[in-house]
Amino acid sequence: MAVVTPPDFSEGTAGAGASRPAAVARLFATMAGESLVARIGWTILSVGLFVGLWELCWLVGWADPKLLPPPHIFLGSIAEQGKFFNTATRWQIGKSMADGPSAFESVMITVAATTMRVFVGLLIASVLAIGTGVLVRYYKLFDRLVLPTVTLLSPVSPIAWLPVAIFIFGIGNGPAIFMVVVALFFHMVLATITQIDGVSNNLINVARTMGATKRQIYGRVIVPAILPGMLAVLRMNLFGAWMVVLIAESTGVGYGMGQVIMLARNTFNPSLVFFTIAVIGVLGFAFDWLLRQAQRRILYWLPDQTEKLRAL
Amino acid sequence: MRSDRPIRFSSKDAVVCRGVGKTWAAGTRRAHEALRDIDLDIKPGEFVVFLGPSGCGKSTLLYLIAGLEDVTGGHVWSFGDRVETPSPQRSLIFQETSLFPWLTVWENVSFGLSIRGAGKEERRSVAKDALQRVGLTAAMDKRPDELSGGMRQRVAVARALAMRPKVLLMDEPFAALDVQTRARMQDFLLDVWRDSGASVLFVTHHIDEAVALADRVVVFTARPGRIKTIVPIDLPRPRNLFSADAEVLRIQLTNLLRDEVDRAFAEQEALASAL
Repeated sequence: MAVVTPPDFSEGTAGAGASRPAAVARLFATMAGESLVARIGWTILSVGLFVGLWELCWLVGWADPKLLPPPHIFLGSIAEQGKFFNTATRWQIGKSMADGPSAFESVMITVAATTMRVFVGLLIASVLAIGTGVLVRYYKLFDRLVLPTVTLLSPVSPIAWLPVAIFIFGIGNGPAIFMVVVALFFHMVLATITQIDGVSNNLINVARTMGATKRQIYGRVIVPAILPGMLAVLRMNLFGAWMVVLIAESTGVGYGMGQVIMLARNTFNPSLVFFTIAVIGVLGFAFDWLLRQAQRRILYWLPDQTEKLRAL
Repeated sequence: MRSDRPIRFSSKDAVVCRGVGKTWAAGTRRAHEALRDIDLDIKPGEFVVFLGPSGCGKSTLLYLIAGLEDVTGGHVWSFGDRVETPSPQRSLIFQETSLFPWLTVWENVSFGLSIRGAGKEERRSVAKDALQRVGLTAAMDKRPDELSGGMRQRVAVARALAMRPKVLLMDEPFAALDVQTRARMQDFLLDVWRDSGASVLFVTHHIDEAVALADRVVVFTARPGRIKTIVPIDLPRPRNLFSADAEVLRIQLTNLLRDEVDRAFAEQEALASAL
């Protein structure tokens, strides 16, 4: 029998080597195509609009600057407010407010400490939750023993865990990280299970017909298939972590953004409150952007749907 | 023989079904019988098309033969061995794209080898081989989302071929393609089939497709699916699908199918009004 050479339908492929540079070029095109400058411009405009409205309210006298100081007031006093971030030495006897790091250093130390707690908490929560979620679907016994408890604890507010955090971990980084973990873990387990249940049966069946073991199917099909969903879950929970860490820091931890907010509350200092809120907003925005970039690199196979959905 | 009933069949046959039945959700209130009493022998290298109204269980039978689902009655053998689990010998190709989106084309094709722990060099050369047989070597390093629907299905075929299967199971593989692409894919499939020497079991509800491809057409009844009749297609290959003989066969199959579609409709209406 003659060897059959099937016709080549591959539409205009210049050769195997051309696809890598093409992919790289496309990556740049998506980053630059929407034009980074344009996107930054829109972001500034969006924030500017909000700030403008606020300033307008102040200008016409609706917003009392003692209660709702507009941005030009609370940002104008950054240097002055910055020293309140110096919470590390504030309570120590014999230390004056001027001791310790400078205002700028204080802000940086506080931001770094809070960010560290957010990320360590998020990391621990994700690893534990994805592991638990996979085990729940992998072993029936594990499912039966663990899932009811996870579901039961899922609706408990982080506030309720606060005393528990202090009972167990006392004061320091421990309770803050514990709070982040406990606030995220249960939801993330349920999210992981939902993601696993949504994996296409066809993909699993393909692996089965090729003789893949259960472990191989989990490792090579199910885990990569749930990655896109899990990264979305991670992004949502990044914001969650930022919210919880402030509650945790407001008690029981020596320093951190939560402490600054508490200090501002106790000393009736709205400028400090808004300044801290602004810092948290910028940080959250920046880390979300980083995570989106990571998502784009790691999940290179996902098409960008934004434009398609908008064009409907 | 591992059965208590005396069952006779050739252990050389690619697929043997004896009294095969499948009831989904058996023993519950939602139980429904998809297949009943299927007896079927498929020779090595034979091209058999399963034709029937939608929901008649023809795809279910394919899954049972693949070993992806358990039979609830009777037995399935393949080359003398009882089918109980999936096997690389019997590759299944699905209607929708089933390529792994996170792998390149060649990594998809050699997925089965990577499961066995083969090295990269071996995997790449096997993938290249298989892709050559479907005319897609140029797309080796592309990702599935960069390919058209027809190309993706050919990659799926290459992935199945890379396992050197003795039986190719195809579940309406061209249903999502446009008419022109479908016709070309049918020619392509016949080339691959002749080339590989594997048996092909092909599920479709298109009569034209059945006449174009099959050595034998197995016509199913409406639910529960049973074999209504088996129609041999004795047209010489390559086939002239516009010949009078082909037309006669199409009319014959259309008539066979029409009764079953009518019955399926009546049953669905009865079911709907009972709800």
